Amino acid sequence: MSSKVHVQARINGDDVEFLCEPRQSLLEVLRDVLGYTGTKEGCNNGNCGACSVILEGRLVNSCLVFGFEIQGKELQTIEGMGSPEELHPVQQQFLENAALQCGICTPGFIVSTKALLDKNPDPTEAEVRYWLAGNLCRCTGYDKIVRAVLDAAKAIKNS
Amino acid sequence: MRNLTDGREQIEVDATNIGELVAQLDARFPGFRARLCADNEDRIRPNIAVMIDGRTARKSMGEQVAEASEVHFLPAISGG
Amino acid sequence: MSTNGYKVIGSRPIRHDGVDKVTGRAKYGADVQLTGMLYGKVLRSPHPHAKLKGIDTSKAEALPGVKAIATAADLPQIADKIADLGEAVVNLRDSSNNVLAYGKVLYRGHAVAAVAATSRHIAAEALELIQVEYEPLPHVTSVLEAMKDDAPILHEDLKMTEMGEETDKVSNIANHFQHKQGDPEAGFTEADMVIEREFETATVHQGYIEPHNATAEWNEEGHLTLYTSTQGAFSVRDQLVEILQIPVSKVTVVPMEIGGGFGGKISVYLAPVAAVLSRKTGHPVQMTMDRDEVFIGSGPTAASYLKIKMGATNDGRITAATAYMAYEAGAYPGSPVGAGAGCILTPYRIPNVQIDGYDVCVNKPKSNAYRAPGATNAAFGSETVVDELAEALGIDPLEFRIKNGVTEGDRRPDGPEHPRIGCIETTEAAKSSAHYGASLEPSSDGKLRGRGVASGYWFNFNGGRSAISVSVNDDGSINMLEGSTDIGGSRASISMMLAETLGLSAKDINPRVVDTDAIGYTDATGGSRTTFATGYAAHATGKALICEMKKRLAQAWEVSADAIDFKDGLFSYKNDEEKRGTFKELSGKIGGTGGPLVAQISTQPDGSGGGAFATHIVDVEVDPETGKVDILRYTAVQDVGTAIHPSYVEGQLQGGVAQGVGWALNEEYIYNTDGGMTNSSFLDYRMPTSLDLPMIETILVEVPNVSHPYGVRGVGEVPIVPPPAAIANAIYRATGTRMYELPMSPPRLASQMAKNA
Repeated sequence: MSSKVHVQARINGDDVEFLCEPRQSLLEVLRDVLGYTGTKEGCNNGNCGACSVILEGRLVNSCLVFGFEIQGKELQTIEGMGSPEELHPVQQQFLENAALQCGICTPGFIVSTKALLDKNPDPTEAEVRYWLAGNLCRCTGYDKIVRAVLDAAKAIKNS
Repeated sequence: MRNLTDGREQIEVDATNIGELVAQLDARFPGFRARLCADNEDRIRPNIAVMIDGRTARKSMGEQVAEASEVHFLPAISGG
Repeated sequence: MSTNGYKVIGSRPIRHDGVDKVTGRAKYGADVQLTGMLYGKVLRSPHPHAKLKGIDTSKAEALPGVKAIATAADLPQIADKIADLGEAVVNLRDSSNNVLAYGKVLYRGHAVAAVAATSRHIAAEALELIQVEYEPLPHVTSVLEAMKDDAPILHEDLKMTEMGEETDKVSNIANHFQHKQGDPEAGFTEADMVIEREFETATVHQGYIEPHNATAEWNEEGHLTLYTSTQGAFSVRDQLVEILQIPVSKVTVVPMEIGGGFGGKISVYLAPVAAVLSRKTGHPVQMTMDRDEVFIGSGPTAASYLKIKMGATNDGRITAATAYMAYEAGAYPGSPVGAGAGCILTPYRIPNVQIDGYDVCVNKPKSNAYRAPGATNAAFGSETVVDELAEALGIDPLEFRIKNGVTEGDRRPDGPEHPRIGCIETTEAAKSSAHYGASLEPSSDGKLRGRGVASGYWFNFNGGRSAISVSVNDDGSINMLEGSTDIGGSRASISMMLAETLGLSAKDINPRVVDTDAIGYTDATGGSRTTFATGYAAHATGKALICEMKKRLAQAWEVSADAIDFKDGLFSYKNDEEKRGTFKELSGKIGGTGGPLVAQISTQPDGSGGGAFATHIVDVEVDPETGKVDILRYTAVQDVGTAIHPSYVEGQLQGGVAQGVGWALNEEYIYNTDGGMTNSSFLDYRMPTSLDLPMIETILVEVPNVSHPYGVRGVGEVPIVPPPAAIANAIYRATGTRMYELPMSPPRLASQMAKNA
């Protein structure tokens, strides 16, 4: 099979270099090559949002991007959002609102929410529901997720 | 199991535990034991649940039965 | 402090595993990475029913990077044996043949062979090089067709069991059973109004977001370590032992975090295959399913046909009911019809009742449990008939349910008496809710609005085996090991019960879900048993610690242990100010009294607590042009026993409702005439998104479970039971059209409305 491609990118603020096969998706690269397993695979065809990442300020499903496509670009993943000592307000509100059950969709929702609030710091419930329609959750019925997002927007505004 | 008991839904038996109860039922209604226990095994089949007075019994033949106890044999149910 | 007198129970602490899960640090099954790990993929049958004439793997084996190929020939042949795997009662020969087909393939997607290779892509390429010779056979994918005498037969050796007795009849009907009380015919004669209806429901999937996974490492000493996302690590161990015919002491199952299960992650699919590939290659092997494989190759839940008849007097008393229930088992016997039959009429006191259940094999994946298995299909039928009966008699549908509702001492249709339960309390709370009291404003843009209600019942499994092991640290915090995998916050609820018992706070407990070598046998997280049974064990462990603490304090204080009191979290000796303190204060001060403070408890509660009841209210808006249904408002009312962590209890209700809404309106396996599923992706298998749902209101009714020290009643399953019926009843109120088929998708509803117009 093909030889590997050399890629340089900035991930969560760090300069990262890696080799990947041209056929490997960004999701595969993150998980299998770089060990960033916080980004989850739910469907591998762009329908569930579990693999959401922010590429050059834009929310994308990493399963629909090739790994080599991030050459020279800036990428944010769940690993770059907050730390256990200092959680991002979105993460904090997901905890406070009990907005996760099994937790597999949670990194995707949190990354997606950050992308929303970066653009629209004061969304309505309808805007939140519309934005998050690309992220599937099978456990919660979305009620507590939507509340967490609205509370996170408030928390960011008040900080 | 009504097809073993001539259609009767309730049978009264003198027994102090499940083993005795099954033996007595089998004596009165041949085939009862075979229905409840796998070949030559001294325990109730895994796909049958035993309820004594509304509680799920542990299916050992030594499980005690009180004087006025009500015992049900039901299909075992699994959950999600 | 909460209103129920408890200090910890009823509060809403942040879950212990929360930070790991919001930061992406939590390790799920597919996150396992081992040195030298290979990747495995499964070849699946393109035919719904065929004889396997031969498998030629030579070309695939020759592909560089391919390390091993497995087929059914690599699995030991197992005799027919029924095993009780905690909650799942399964035939192990069928399980083995489902994992890798032997002799015949029985559904499109049936696993035929598997490859281990150095990369996922090479494994996928190798699958295309495996040559399988099939002899296609006629197939059947609908329950009523499969029951016919001339239907294609899936298992030539399957003899129908009729009312408990094996017959000589070879049939796709594996089992027919019956529950009966009183005289239904006489009961119908007594009725003033009798309604009989037929219903059909489609195959649906649990839809957990995390695909199945397994990572196996079979080492040189012959010990198998299996990392997987599962509802029951011990159930997986049992299945591996039986399917691979290896000693139980040679298997360790490490439960990773689990990304949803809903009943679908108790059976094994990949684990034995990954194990065989690891044994053959000498390397760890990881296997994960694609989403498509999850749909076609795991265990969705049964499609069904129901015929329900019910009669009542003019004053609204149900006199008799009968239910005929035929459920699709899929490729092997074992549909959830047994559970469905035990739930279908249970919310009601019916003197004359007969329920007939049929378990029927069809050429679809082996059906599996899905949240209150069998009960949702059942309630769609029975609760629609109840609604029609109430309407025909001119009685409010909730009033009708209260009038006929069961209470302690009433008999279930399958025989046993109900203990103290909250059926009527729940329905009354629904009737007096703000939602039910509010009027539903008509739509201003020509759409049609209506309100519906429905009730549901689920047994709850108030039993099974659970173990807890704790060690106390010098600062009074506690490391708590458990065997129950945590699908939705059970680390928190179980820790809270231990904390309550000892007078600690939830964060003083450090809960860990450990592997099968590290804790006593614990049954699967399923049947709504975990908070009940593992919480029961946690309480008992707390009691054991208190007892041990008293012994230690007796030494330290030089008094008799019997004279030491433990009350409101405080140990004390008479009125001696020097001899008192909390568990936390004292646990670091007993160093010299006999080594570390530990306790270990295994339990098997007796299951007498009774089931869970729910009543739901829904307002819908129907677009008369397209048949699309929007949910405007939803309220779920449920008897939850004692809400240990109310947020996660509400979450269970809301999640169950969301799944029920999907089942009601959109979700279905769509089959083509070739017996293949045509919509095996999340794009075409339409689960509810955030845009499809409103906020979901919950009303928690607390009727404590008498068989649990803290009154815990399983809450997870019953909330999926009422939604399809409640929505169908609302659609009828909105449009005048009764829907007797699930899902009530836009094309189905639009065409039914057109027919009625």
